[in-house]
Amino acid sequence: MKSAIVVFPGSNREGDMARALTQASGQAPAMLWHDDHELPAGTDLVVLPGGFSYGDYLRCGAIAGRARIMDAVRAHAARGGLVLGVCNGFQILCESGLLPGVLMRNANLRFVCKMQHLRIEGADTVFTRRYRLGQVIEVAIAHGEGNYEADDETIARLEGEGRVAFRYCDAAGRLGGDANPNGSRNDIAGVYSAARNVLGLMPHPENLIDPLVGGIDGRALFSSLAQAAA
Amino acid sequence: MKARVVVTLKSGVLDPQGKAIEGALTSLGVAGVSGVRQGKVFDMELEGADEDAARATLTAACEKLLANTVIENFSIEL
Repeated sequence: MKSAIVVFPGSNREGDMARALTQASGQAPAMLWHDDHELPAGTDLVVLPGGFSYGDYLRCGAIAGRARIMDAVRAHAARGGLVLGVCNGFQILCESGLLPGVLMRNANLRFVCKMQHLRIEGADTVFTRRYRLGQVIEVAIAHGEGNYEADDETIARLEGEGRVAFRYCDAAGRLGGDANPNGSRNDIAGVYSAARNVLGLMPHPENLIDPLVGGIDGRALFSSLAQAAA
Repeated sequence: MKARVVVTLKSGVLDPQGKAIEGALTSLGVAGVSGVRQGKVFDMELEGADEDAARATLTAACEKLLANTVIENFSIEL
């Protein structure tokens, strides 16, 4: 799998992401800078990592979403190429128009940094084929603006088309109440584009790939991608 | 030309920061406030003196960057 990670001023999870991609595919990703204007030839997957691009100025992801490299990312997505955005990367995908909706301030106004259970809502995509439908996984979350909101029509479309990728839940897979860490509509933790080749999610699967740091529930996302691009 | 752009949350969009500010005002003893919505103000300097051109420039600025029209409205004062 040929992957590329886009680094913006203020990104800080690119190293974790590179480790996860290298572990899954045996191939280190190319590291791109926000001001580059093209992807390396033959890129299968572009990843927007977590962090605080441009200091979260204006709105999280707003300025990065309009960086020069994003034209190349949009063209890659339009060709059916794979795009993954995690945390700030999800915010950037929403701001760039590649995914619908917006990530607002957490409903309780607090930055949340903890382990969180997620339910796999669709196991038939290139991102999740190594998970089971309904499987509950435990990964890390760390964000202040992860409260997914969209208008009623957009939420209904996402639900109707099966484009909710992950929902926040408790250890038993139950939704709602304290299992929702940020107030997201319908407990949404991640969504797909209409063609399911673009995925954005707030949690950090790239941090759960090694038993040494508390679990490997994030690995299947990267091995799914490596399998898809093999 | 000087211009001011005001970006506010659309009605119906939950504003937890506004709620927290409202609560803080109440606890400070500022009585009579029954709602707070937080927004952003941009004071801008524009080249030229044509108002229509200025409005067109600022509308483009809002739609391209200053406002996220999924959740925000904008208004322009010249």
